[in-house]
Amino acid sequence: MIGSLILDILSWALLIGGGALVFIGGVGALRMPDVYTRMHAASITDTLGTICVLLGIILQAGLSFAAIKLAAIMIFLLLTTPTAAYALANAARLAGVVPVRRAAGEGDSS
Amino acid sequence: MITLFGVFLLTLLVITTVGIVRTQNLFAAIMLMGIFSLQIAAVFFILDAADVALTEAAVGAGIATVLLLGALALLDDTERRGRRASRLAAVVVAAGTLLILYATFDYPRLGDPAAPVHQHVAPWYIAETPRLIDTPNVVTAILASFRGYDTFGEVFVIFTAGIGVLFILANGADAARRSDLPSSDVQGLRHHLVPRLVGRLLMPFLVLFGLYIQFHGDFGPGGGFQAGALISAGLILYALVEGERAALRLVPQRVLTLLTVAGALLFVGVGCACMLLGGNFLDYSALSADAVAGQHLGILLVEIGVGLTVSGVLLTIFHTFAARERA
Amino acid sequence: MAVLGLYNYWVFALLLMIGLYVVISRENLVKKLIGLSIFQSAVFLLYISMDKVDGGTAPILRADAENQLYSNPLPQVLILTAIVVGIATLALGLAIAVRINEAYGTIEEDELLEMDRE
Repeated sequence: MIGSLILDILSWALLIGGGALVFIGGVGALRMPDVYTRMHAASITDTLGTICVLLGIILQAGLSFAAIKLAAIMIFLLLTTPTAAYALANAARLAGVVPVRRAAGEGDSS
Repeated sequence: MITLFGVFLLTLLVITTVGIVRTQNLFAAIMLMGIFSLQIAAVFFILDAADVALTEAAVGAGIATVLLLGALALLDDTERRGRRASRLAAVVVAAGTLLILYATFDYPRLGDPAAPVHQHVAPWYIAETPRLIDTPNVVTAILASFRGYDTFGEVFVIFTAGIGVLFILANGADAARRSDLPSSDVQGLRHHLVPRLVGRLLMPFLVLFGLYIQFHGDFGPGGGFQAGALISAGLILYALVEGERAALRLVPQRVLTLLTVAGALLFVGVGCACMLLGGNFLDYSALSADAVAGQHLGILLVEIGVGLTVSGVLLTIFHTFAARERA
Repeated sequence: MAVLGLYNYWVFALLLMIGLYVVISRENLVKKLIGLSIFQSAVFLLYISMDKVDGGTAPILRADAENQLYSNPLPQVLILTAIVVGIATLALGLAIAVRINEAYGTIEEDELLEMDRE
């Protein structure tokens, strides 16, 4: 009884946390100045967001075949999406996109 | 709850489409098209169409994006916006939208079990499949057996598309053996460790999963089309990571042509065997003493034929686009 | 709730007309092909929306569940065929666009018509 309540609370916390991380990643992808920082923000969604959401669902699924499938999906996503982000950043670098730089001391308040 | 999710996805679909219309960069339009395909695959899944969702994700979001990018590599990637008759088009389209919206008020609401579409043939299929064909997946049973003639036509449509692309774009037999590639041409991603490693790690699993989907089409979502798309996606990944020459050494063009033709001939052969054994064309009950076992055998062979042809044609089209040099 | 019951069909109407708008008002051949793809996907959405049954599940028969309602499998079969045919059309259209580019140097339709008139 208590065990399932704890599991429920934990999975809810993970799902809400994962949703918040995905939202933060989305806001970052909109607000950041150039390609590289935008991808850096969006990759939060790929890694920690994926882990939190899928762990939350695994806790809901309990110990069953579905949990193994979800774990396999998590491993697959963790392997492929950062690779895609790497390939994207590399392609941007090869295409000549230069990271936005700010000179030292400019815009620095402290 | 799931209705809310569906509504959210559908709204995202419309927003993505508006984005596709407004962007002038074709590369961005193609990427948005991939996102559109993935969203519509999720909508299909919510609407209980598991097979269709799998096919749309594999073919629409995967293969179509690769084909469009392969063609874009040979073309300019910015659209020059003209002003010709845009206002008239917008007025016509708006009028059409209002007309169709007015017509939708006569539709039965989503999920209504008393809708006319659920009354005639569908209950018969669901009731008779356990008795006549005995496979759990009703969609595969209808696709391969009850409506096998349509699938036969479709295999030949995709076969024709492959031949058409070869006619239009192939450079002849020496295309793969050209030795005058420019020296700065990096073969595949030789110098990029991370994609190369991950690609090589994943490729066998992709092909294995494709084979699983092929043979499991009777018991769960799957079948020949999805399997063909997945296997060709695995081999396209190999071509992207290791270079086109290495991919053509792995699976030469001859083998691809052989696969394509073998698949189509297998389908026709099964149909003719049924005729020779006393039944009608594509009537699989004639293939074995027990009608249900005959149906199983027929469906297995026909799905293998479909998978072979689809993978052969998709790979042929990819290699034809990749081998073409930019004019 | 009646609104939600028809929302799929309204989205279908919007996507259909947006796809048609792209085909008739944009000059670039690749953009037209993308618009055609959107048009086809809208039709798929219409068919698959028709197949859902309240309380139904995917039409994969289960031996243990007795009174299980299943969604209609027939539109799914039609759309499976249609998706693959759509890809075939797209591939051929792209091949023709590439050849047109090599022959004329451009894939904008108004420039092509100009060149043909000369």
